[in-house]
Amino acid sequence: MDDIDKAIVNRLQQGFPVCESPYRRVAEQLGITEAQLLARLKSLLAEGVLSRFGPMYHAEQMGGALTLAALKVPDERFDEVAEIVNAFPEVAHNYARNHQLNMWFVLATEKPEQVQSVIAEIERQTGLTVYNMPKIGEYFVGLQLEA
Amino acid sequence: MPLDAIDRQIIQATQAGLPLVSEPYQALAEQLGLTAREVMQRMTNMQQNGVIRRIAAVPNHYKLGYRYNGMTVWDVDDKHVDALGHRVAELPFVSHCYQRPRYLPDWPYNLFAMVHGKTEQDAERQIAIIAELLGADVRRHTVLYSSKILKKTGLRITG
Repeated sequence: MDDIDKAIVNRLQQGFPVCESPYRRVAEQLGITEAQLLARLKSLLAEGVLSRFGPMYHAEQMGGALTLAALKVPDERFDEVAEIVNAFPEVAHNYARNHQLNMWFVLATEKPEQVQSVIAEIERQTGLTVYNMPKIGEYFVGLQLEA
Repeated sequence: MPLDAIDRQIIQATQAGLPLVSEPYQALAEQLGLTAREVMQRMTNMQQNGVIRRIAAVPNHYKLGYRYNGMTVWDVDDKHVDALGHRVAELPFVSHCYQRPRYLPDWPYNLFAMVHGKTEQDAERQIAIIAELLGADVRRHTVLYSSKILKKTGLRITG
């Protein structure tokens, strides 16, 4: 990543305008051309530096629900269980973590009651207990990671 | 807030990402049989009512050099967790901070704070600052570093 890539990553974490030519507007702010911005953005996504670029939808504001859940997965079953869990479209993120509870995933569902049914289905397919940890309180911050 | 069928079409068309073309809202409009003006109006409305948190890039922490992504978890008194959570969230390096339920005896922790360090020392320094802020209110704590991103697609709605 060069300085232009870093500037793009930092700028695009802050937000993106809704207007006819939004890439041109952001490119002008960065002192590059629209074509350069689009080409670099495609590369940053292709290389995985950016996981996503676009609207971030809020499950709860859409009338749905969001929860964090964890599993204790036996080491020898880790890949198999990851495949089962990741196959659910409701699983928005999934991380391996160094703990007895070694798989942590976020469920985002369109309807609140789907959280329980997806958890029940994950338990059925994996034979493991899901530790459901929905938030009780949220102390919000909006950190951006500097590239 | 209720979403109508057109909002849902816009969500489905953009949940994997915004088109990477000069006029992305026009491109969406053509795809959905709408006008660019209507797409922009609806997306602006969804931002205003919080359905869209923001339109932005989501970086892969590891690729930016943040290799130590720690979920720090703390067991604090439920009576003080709100006050403590607000103070932890104000720390400049904390990206998310939540109260969540315990599962005794396996899981005694009720306060979660995410930290991100380029080195282990960075992350440990951040954790030490949280520990100092929480002080005697902490009964025990631990940190769960992520060792691998297994999936990171964000929310998806289906048809």
